[in-house]
Amino acid sequence: MDCNRVPQDNISTYGNNKKAVYATDQEGQYTIIASSGWEIEGEATTQAVQELNRQADRAYSKVVAGEKSPLYFHMYDCRMDLQVLSESTGLFKWRIKRHFKPSVFSCLSKTLLERYGSALGMSTENLCKLPERETSNV
Amino acid sequence: MYKHKNIQKTYKHNHFAHCESGVMSLMMSHHGLPLSEAMAFGLSGSLMFAYLPFIKLGGMPLIAYRARPKSIIKGLQKNLSIKIKMHTFSKPQKGMDALNTLLGQGKIVGAQTSVFWLPYFPPEMRFHFNAHNLIIYGKEGNEYLISDPVFETSNRCEARDLEKARFVKGMMAPKGLLYYPVETPVNISYETILPKVIKKNARAMLKTPVPIAGIRGIRALAKGISKLKKKDRRYAKLFLGHIVRMQEEIGTGGAGFRFIYASFLQEAGEILDSRQLKNGSQMMTAVGDEWREFALLAVTSIRGKKSNTIDFDALREKLNNVADAESAVYKELLDSKLV
Repeated sequence: MDCNRVPQDNISTYGNNKKAVYATDQEGQYTIIASSGWEIEGEATTQAVQELNRQADRAYSKVVAGEKSPLYFHMYDCRMDLQVLSESTGLFKWRIKRHFKPSVFSCLSKTLLERYGSALGMSTENLCKLPERETSNV
Repeated sequence: MYKHKNIQKTYKHNHFAHCESGVMSLMMSHHGLPLSEAMAFGLSGSLMFAYLPFIKLGGMPLIAYRARPKSIIKGLQKNLSIKIKMHTFSKPQKGMDALNTLLGQGKIVGAQTSVFWLPYFPPEMRFHFNAHNLIIYGKEGNEYLISDPVFETSNRCEARDLEKARFVKGMMAPKGLLYYPVETPVNISYETILPKVIKKNARAMLKTPVPIAGIRGIRALAKGISKLKKKDRRYAKLFLGHIVRMQEEIGTGGAGFRFIYASFLQEAGEILDSRQLKNGSQMMTAVGDEWREFALLAVTSIRGKKSNTIDFDALREKLNNVADAESAVYKELLDSKLV
């Protein structure tokens, strides 16, 4: 890629950071150029983030409707899925799935709640409730 | 607190494209062996392509433009005869104590961390990827001084956050990995190492025994794309976006490490005074440009609301063209006489 063609699209996903890109100057010599982002890359990132937000929103409504426990929302809100939560807690998937049931979740031991809390980086108190939110978008 | 406080003054941060090659470049240069990021990447022989549809990350298949995490560290260790000490820890407290001891000895320390739990990453970039690399070069109060090569300037991170990032569990769990060189060679005989490493990497890309790695991996992905026709529309779009993210977003220097490698070939060509390597570099640059064109095509095709706007056949063909062009580079490199 030519130095002058390195995109400087100021993409929002970089949060005012720059990434180093390799490009060639007029003499064909490689140099490192700090790029404020390529719109195309930004779109791909935004798509992935939106998908994660969509999952979290959907989970939020399910918890509000009483179908799922707050754990279900916090998992998605932490950009995890069942696989990642299972790996980071060391609990079997089927066990976690059971804990998605509000009735089972409300009886969980303090130890288990702390295990989830530490994997999700939050206090057990916050784990047991939903954060305040305007009505969800889904 | 520390005898070697001057380390914070002598250590020099630099902005690079990729975490692992950037860390190795910074670390080796700090220890008296100037090594550009492109050289660190190229000399480790870590250029690759792999498409593993049966391993899912966040519901998406694993697509990698380089060899597995830690291969740059290990490849350099092997090819340059550097001795690197690596420690993992069973308990977070032990891992933090060991870090403090090493910093107290005036060392700069490489560490593997998760990306998600590092607060200085912008929110949009925080995903659950556990094989990020950075250098810790000091501590002030409760904050560690972090030299993360994918950022323009150095960063700071609170002890609590760093501990969380180092001891996250799951796939590719870092287990608090710390590393630092104990022996750095003064002279490197590039004349013998470079041809060997370049040819080995080219051979690995061309002649993989498995149909999901190297050039065959690129063709397998092309096939995978044409299979998306029958899949759910949302999945197809996410899949295409995912390829572009693996190619551009995760810090590859552009075009999934192809530009870094072209830069490496250029540098190697200058050291060996080889016209063929310089030519190979130019060919690789052209391949990188084609990868960028593929990314452009993929993202513009998922913009539309309707699924019939995605031309899967065009994408497959573009990717097959990339595979053709890339294999031509490796054939050229294998044919070249490099002493």
